[in-house]
Amino acid sequence: MGDQLIFTYIIDGNDFTRAGEASSSVKNKLKMLGVSSEAIRKTAIAMYEGEINMVIHADGGTITVTISDTDITMILADKGPGIPDIDQAMQEGFSTAREEVRSLGFGAGMGLPNMKRYSDEMHIDTVIGQGTTITMKVNL
Amino acid sequence: MKLQTILDLPECKVLVKGNPDREISKVFCCDLLSIAMGKAPADCVWVTVMGNKNTLAVATLADAACIVLAEGIGMDEGTLEKAAEEGIAILTTELPVFDIALEIHEACRS
Repeated sequence: MGDQLIFTYIIDGNDFTRAGEASSSVKNKLKMLGVSSEAIRKTAIAMYEGEINMVIHADGGTITVTISDTDITMILADKGPGIPDIDQAMQEGFSTAREEVRSLGFGAGMGLPNMKRYSDEMHIDTVIGQGTTITMKVNL
Repeated sequence: MKLQTILDLPECKVLVKGNPDREISKVFCCDLLSIAMGKAPADCVWVTVMGNKNTLAVATLADAACIVLAEGIGMDEGTLEKAAEEGIAILTTELPVFDIALEIHEACRS
């Protein structure tokens, strides 16, 4: 077992135009580490969807990315409103995004389904009124 | 086929030339960024009417080679500079989405 690399990002909940910077940074780091392009793409897509969700719904939060020899683990923690019905939120097309967000091209109800599709493992911990923590793993 | 072929299309104005030697995969059309995020193929030429900063973020993360803005849509200077840094080509055309996508598709096949 080699060393692990850990990166932590604070996601600003107020600036929609900057959403994606953390995911881009991780993508560049993975490229430099020589990770396969497929694993990079999966990680970048899954993390970006999570990052966007944190900005849209939870006023930001933190993302911790751990890179080991075997996998990339992303832990996305926010203090947002929580997800009342996870099964409903996982359905493609279901969205509670605001109109202004939709006008930017988001809110198609694909965020969580994309996160599940592009990660090899995903786990959601959510408490109404306290926040949500999503853990995603991409195998290397 | 190389990106240069798309950069040479007479109907398109090149705003950022990206990496002209990059091999492109296919043309992809979508305006909903969340769908494009999940479905845009790597190395694609992405035709859309959404020209905001988030479009570039999605293109970067989904590994698109090029964004073609249809219907005369433009992109602000800051985003164009960022696209140049990321090596993603940005083109604009007055044509509607379908028409330019068809041109690109035919260029890819010829």
